[in-house]
Amino acid sequence: MSTPTPKSNTLRSKRRRSALRTAAFLSPWLIGFTVFFAYPLLSTVYFSFMHYDGFKPPTWAGTRNWTYVFEHYPYFWPALRNTLWLVLVMVTLRVVFGLGVGLLITRIKTGTGVFRTLFYLPYLAPPVAATMAFAFLLNPGTGPVNSLLEGIGIPAPGWFNDPAWSKPALTLLALWGVGDLMVIFMAALLDVPKEQYEAAELDGASAWQRFRFVTLPNISPIVMFAVVTGVIQTMQYYTQPLVAGKVASGVIQGAGTLFEPGYPDRSTLTLPQLVYNLGFQRFDYGSACVVALVLFALSMAFTALLMRRRGGLIQAGD
Amino acid sequence: MTQVLDKPVESPAATPAERTARRRALLEWIAVHSLGVAAALFFTLPFVFVLLTSLMSDSQALSRDLIPDPWQWENYRRVLDTPGFLTWWRNTLLYAGLGTVLTVVSSLPVAYALAKFRFRGRNATLMLVISMMMLPPQVVVIPMYLFWAKQLDLSGTLWPLIVPMAFGDAFSIFLLRQFLTTIPNEYIDAAKVDGCGELRTLLRVVIPMARPGIAAVALFQFFYAWNDYFGPQIYASENPGAWTLSYGLESFKGAHHTDWNLTMAATLLVMAPVILVFFFAQKAFVEGVTLTGVKG
Repeated sequence: MSTPTPKSNTLRSKRRRSALRTAAFLSPWLIGFTVFFAYPLLSTVYFSFMHYDGFKPPTWAGTRNWTYVFEHYPYFWPALRNTLWLVLVMVTLRVVFGLGVGLLITRIKTGTGVFRTLFYLPYLAPPVAATMAFAFLLNPGTGPVNSLLEGIGIPAPGWFNDPAWSKPALTLLALWGVGDLMVIFMAALLDVPKEQYEAAELDGASAWQRFRFVTLPNISPIVMFAVVTGVIQTMQYYTQPLVAGKVASGVIQGAGTLFEPGYPDRSTLTLPQLVYNLGFQRFDYGSACVVALVLFALSMAFTALLMRRRGGLIQAGD
Repeated sequence: MTQVLDKPVESPAATPAERTARRRALLEWIAVHSLGVAAALFFTLPFVFVLLTSLMSDSQALSRDLIPDPWQWENYRRVLDTPGFLTWWRNTLLYAGLGTVLTVVSSLPVAYALAKFRFRGRNATLMLVISMMMLPPQVVVIPMYLFWAKQLDLSGTLWPLIVPMAFGDAFSIFLLRQFLTTIPNEYIDAAKVDGCGELRTLLRVVIPMARPGIAAVALFQFFYAWNDYFGPQIYASENPGAWTLSYGLESFKGAHHTDWNLTMAATLLVMAPVILVFFFAQKAFVEGVTLTGVKG
C-alpha cells in the first residue's frame, strides 16, 4: 500500500467537491424523479398484478388484470381504434394545415403581426373552455354552425352527438388550435436559405417544384418532429374528448360514476380515459394500472423514435 | 410587396416584362391576403359567436338567433355572482401562481447543471428528463393518488398538485437548459475569476441573462396549471371548495343545463386571463415555442 501523495489528495477532494456540487444542483429533480416517478412506476407494475379496490388489502391476481383488460374490458379496443383513427386523420390534417398556415403567414406582407396573433390565439384557449365553446357552436339543436349550414341547404351533421361525426368534430377543434405548429413551421420556413430559392427560380422551377425540391427537404426534420409529437399527444388525448362527450350527453357533474365515457357509443374513448374509468369510477386499481403501463410503453416507444430521428432536438452543450 | 402598392402600377418607363411582373405580384398579393382573411375568419369566428351568445337573454340563447337583442351585459355579473365562481378563481391563481414560482425555482439549478457542468452521466440525465417530458400524468396516477389520498389524507385539496412542482418539472428543465446553453461561457468564467462560487454565479450572472427563458418557462407553467383538468379532477373533485376554473367550468354547464348564454360568458371568463397574459408577454411566449427544441 502506498500512501497517496498530497497532490493526488487535493485532486481527489477537488473532484469530490465538484461531484457534490453537481449532486446538489441536480437534487430537486433527482428527488422528484425518484419520489414522483420511479417509485410510483414500480408500484404501478406491482398493482397491475394485484386485486385492489382501495379498501380491502391488495391480493395477488396473477395475470388476471391483464387478460381482463385485453379480452373482456369493453372499452380497451374501441379506445385503441379511436387513437389510431385520430393518429391517421387528426395528426395528418393538423400537420398539413399547420404547414399551410405557416406558409401563408410567411407570404402575408401587410398586417403580418395582426394575422399571426389571430391565427395563434385559439391555441391558447384553455382546453375545457375551447371544448365547451365547440360543443356549443356545433350543437345540433341551436348551434350557429348548423344554423348556417342549414341556411345554405347543406344537411347538418350531429357532430358530438353522432358516433360517426364526433371524431371529425374533435379534429375540427384540433385544427382550430393549430397555432403551435404554425409558429414552429414559420420559424423553419424562414430558416430555409434564400439562395436555394433563387437558384431554383433561375433553373425555371415552378412554385410547386420549388416547394417540393427546396422547401420540403429543408423542413423535413420539423415535419417529422411535428408528426411524432402529434402521435405522442394523441395517445394522451384526454380533456377534449372527455368534456365533449360529457357536455353532448348532458351528464355533467355530481357522482362521476354516472357518466359512461366515450359518448356517443364509445366513439370518443381514449386510453387515459380508461385509467380514470377503471381506477376512479370502477375502483379496479389493478386493471387501471395495466392500461397505465400500456400508455407508458406506447409513449416511450414514440419518444425513443423522436430522440433517434432528431438528434438536433438537443443543442450541443458545453 | 408593399412597394407594389405604393408605386403607380403603370409607370411610363416600365417595359412590358416589368409590367407583367408587377401585375403578377399584385395578383399574388390579392390571393395571399384573401386566403389570410379566410383563415382569420376560421380562427376568430368561434370567439365571436361565443361572445355574441354570452350577451343574449336566456330565451334568445335557446333560439337560432346570431345577434343578441337586447344586449344583456348583466350575464357576466350573474356568472361572477354564482356561488363558487370566485373561489375557483382564487384556487386557480393559487395553483398556477404558487406552482409557477416553485417550478422555476426548483428547475433552474437543475437546468444550469445540465447546461454548464461537466460530469459523467450528463447526457443520460438529459435523456431521462426528455423522456419524462413526454409522459402523461395517467401513467403513475394510481399509486400517486393512493399516496396522497390514503396515506397523507390530502385529497380534496390542490396540494398533491402543487407540492411536486417544488421538485423540478421536466419540460421546464429542458426549456431552461436549451436557453442556458446559449449563454457564452466567458461570462461564467469571468464571474468565477472574480471569486463567485457556482451558486453566486447562477444568481448574479446567469439568471439576469436568462430572463427571457425564465419568462417563457413561467408562462408555460402558468398556462399548464390554468388549463389542467385531469389533476383537479383526480384530487379536488370531491370538494367544490378546492375546484379550479377549468374543472368548475364544466359543472357550471351542469348547473345551468341549457343556459348557453351563461355558460358561454363563463367560458370567456376562463379564456380571458390567458389571452390577456399572452398580449402582455407575446414575445417571451413565441420565443419559448420556438425554443422547445425545434431550432437545433
